[in-house]
Amino acid sequence: MCTLEKRGQLFLLKLAGDGEHRLNPTLLDSITSAITQIRSDPSSSQSVLITTSDGKFFSNGYDLALADSDPSLRVVMDSKLRSLVADLISLPMPTIAAVTGHASAAGFVLAMSHDYVLMRRDRGFLYMSELDIELVIPPWFAAMIRMKIGSPAARRDVMLTAEKVTAERGLEMGIVDSSYGSAAETVEGAVKLGEELVRRGVDGHVYGGMREALLKQVLHTIGSNESVSNRMRNSGSKL
Amino acid sequence: MCTLEKRGNIFLLTLTGDNEHRFHPDAIATILSLLGQAKSQANRGSVLITTGHGKFFSNGFDLAWAQSSGSLAGAAERLHQMVESFKPVVAALLDLPMPTIAALNGHAAAAGLMLALSHDYVYMRRDRGVLYMSEVDIGLSMPDYFAAMIRSKIGTSAARREVLLSGKKIRGEEAVALGIVDSAAHDSAEGVVEATVGLAEKLAAKKWKGDVYASIRKSLYPELCEILGLKATIFATPKL
Repeated sequence: MCTLEKRGQLFLLKLAGDGEHRLNPTLLDSITSAITQIRSDPSSSQSVLITTSDGKFFSNGYDLALADSDPSLRVVMDSKLRSLVADLISLPMPTIAAVTGHASAAGFVLAMSHDYVLMRRDRGFLYMSELDIELVIPPWFAAMIRMKIGSPAARRDVMLTAEKVTAERGLEMGIVDSSYGSAAETVEGAVKLGEELVRRGVDGHVYGGMREALLKQVLHTIGSNESVSNRMRNSGSKL
Repeated sequence: MCTLEKRGNIFLLTLTGDNEHRFHPDAIATILSLLGQAKSQANRGSVLITTGHGKFFSNGFDLAWAQSSGSLAGAAERLHQMVESFKPVVAALLDLPMPTIAALNGHAAAAGLMLALSHDYVYMRRDRGVLYMSEVDIGLSMPDYFAAMIRSKIGTSAARREVLLSGKKIRGEEAVALGIVDSAAHDSAEGVVEATVGLAEKLAAKKWKGDVYASIRKSLYPELCEILGLKATIFATPKL
């Protein structure tokens, strides 16, 4: 599901295997448990997290097919992702998403939940797919987008045209921090950046607190009940 | 004063006549009614383009009508009436179940600029026409929803200052640089309209579901929607 490796002071969390890494309850639990492990490591406040994936996808979003078979799981997946993102926002260390494949909808949000987004430019895109698949965008997703994408026109392009954002466009929009020629180079870039951040020697607890303060509005929307009840009204899909 | 035509997928809302297209209460009511019509006839692939005839897109509220009331109190009341009745026009555009494009044939000032900014995309002329928030020059205060619109649609602190506080008449090229409009590439009103039709056709081809589109649009602007009393709830069934 997901693997966790430690390289020096770098934690490498990988969404493993060749599939779409759909954020179903099992994968979300697996990632959450990896984050818990990271937190409990004694040197965590001098570390850096890098999140990446195998294969063609970073993550293709929630497991919608699963939600169709059991609509109650829609709420479960959303609730687990909210917890996970809140966890990432308070994590006492810098976080880097090494996006080596497509990141759609909830997968895009997961990538954006990291402090740095590094992406391959030879393939793959970031994609808020909801408009194309006739889903509304949860208010907390919109709050993350408002936080991480500065230009109103870029937000409109992402949410209201469901643009398939390449690394190049991502750089223009300020969603992506740097781009690389291949998946391997992206991870390498993340490792280099991670090592540089470790060298700066920032106290992770201070860092995590700062990040929470910066993303206060996003945390507030994640925690809000209104968002939960809006989504509960989503009925089943026609296949 | 205002017409609605349908050309294939495109609804064309035109502020007619070679005048300033000032928003008198009658004009506001007409625009609101025509937007209601477009909404009721909306289909997947519908798109709205709003444009005008002549030198002005719109020069804002009908201040002459306000002043002709004969008293200071009367003028204030009439102005208040226009400010309040224009709010539903902005709300209707934010709620419209189709992409919206403003094709600025000419000057857009004050409430006229607000009308333009209420659209998803704004195209203006390169050669003529300015954007102008006149309030600071004529000593009018700003309605809350105008300020929220500026905050929602204009991203940088410098750009907001230029628009709101400087009383500057902003021409096409600068408007693009400031991120206020999407394009100012054409040297005629016809050129702008043609370009917006091109964009409209691209958007129409996506055949998006209108109520989903409107819901996602509203979730882009929560502060503005709150001030306008717009809710973003919808029942949505995803297609896989």
